[in-house]
Amino acid sequence: MIRLLFTIIAGVLLGLVVHLVSVLALPRIATQDAYSRLTPMTKLNAVSQLPPADPGNTLMPFLDPAFAVAVCRYDLTTGPIKLTVPVSQAYTSVSFYTRNEVAYYAINDRSAGKKVIELDLMTEAQHNDLPEDEEITAADRLIIDSPTATGLIVLKALAPEPGLMPQAQTSLAASSCSEQTDQPAKQAEAPRAKR
Amino acid sequence: MRLLLITLLALLVATVVGLGATWMTATRGTDLGTLTIGAWTARPKTGTSDVDPYSRATITRNGELPIGTGDGVAFTAMTDDRKKPLDGRCDVVVSGVTPAARFWTLTLYDSKGHLVANSLQRYGFTSQEIVRGADGGFEIRVASRSRAGNWLPTGGIERYALMFRLYDTPVGVATRTQRDAPMPMIATVGCP
Repeated sequence: MIRLLFTIIAGVLLGLVVHLVSVLALPRIATQDAYSRLTPMTKLNAVSQLPPADPGNTLMPFLDPAFAVAVCRYDLTTGPIKLTVPVSQAYTSVSFYTRNEVAYYAINDRSAGKKVIELDLMTEAQHNDLPEDEEITAADRLIIDSPTATGLIVLKALAPEPGLMPQAQTSLAASSCSEQTDQPAKQAEAPRAKR
Repeated sequence: MRLLLITLLALLVATVVGLGATWMTATRGTDLGTLTIGAWTARPKTGTSDVDPYSRATITRNGELPIGTGDGVAFTAMTDDRKKPLDGRCDVVVSGVTPAARFWTLTLYDSKGHLVANSLQRYGFTSQEIVRGADGGFEIRVASRSRAGNWLPTGGIERYALMFRLYDTPVGVATRTQRDAPMPMIATVGCP
């Protein structure tokens, strides 16, 4: 009898370990997470507009129907990403997610303080490789460090009234997300800086 | 033989307890880092890098993208102020004041987080389109049949959830009480 009781206690304790391990592992093994859902319908390192949130759209739960949403699925292994989002009339925000949907950074139009939100996204290693003077000239550009090489950038523009939705979508359509093309120029300038 | 049986039993108990607890916490959520004001609950930390493991598990399992802290904060209500579950066949009134924010939106979802179809194609309100009283206050009627003023249709579904999102707001990780974030009241006023 005591042996049975002991077995059950051991089982419960082992169960706690199983629970902790499975909770920690779930973000890695989930196959229906937002990134996987968005992969078939978005282009890599480019802005893709999402269909408007309506009852027939079961892409992701809890989408705000008052927003036009666009997604840039990024991969930084080939180089940093340059993101440009023109500010819409009402409210615009840009949120950054890692491959496992951790929201590591978000900014809105007012905190950006300009008519266009301009950001450079890179991994920490790429940030460290930036030439020193580059950093100074780029002081007005915001540099964001991504904790993972891949992830999602979500661009949102508010339509305060349903009639303003086309306007919000148009403003998002003018945004761009692309690999930095001035990479060779940067390397050419680097020796000059050493003089 | 007996040792084998006992080991198997222990492993079985471990599997049931472990995966059962994980399933429960991932579907129902935990009270870790929650901010509760009236009937509303928010998890401001899900929009930051120090999101707790339970919220992470729930987010990836449901395929959600949590709202980032620099963007805003989302409050959810499944019940009214008297803890009665929100019923789409009843008349529910959402009224009062809202915390400081540049914009807010109120949206109605079914239990899976999808919008509910209705002929008006109205799934929620934004702070700008709401009709306000002379004192600046507002009243939203959540009901299955058409109502005067701000009517939010439920489509007559049995259970629904309301989501109140604040954009560009001081409400967030540091918010603790009703005084920092006065949330609207939710009252069931009549059931057929």
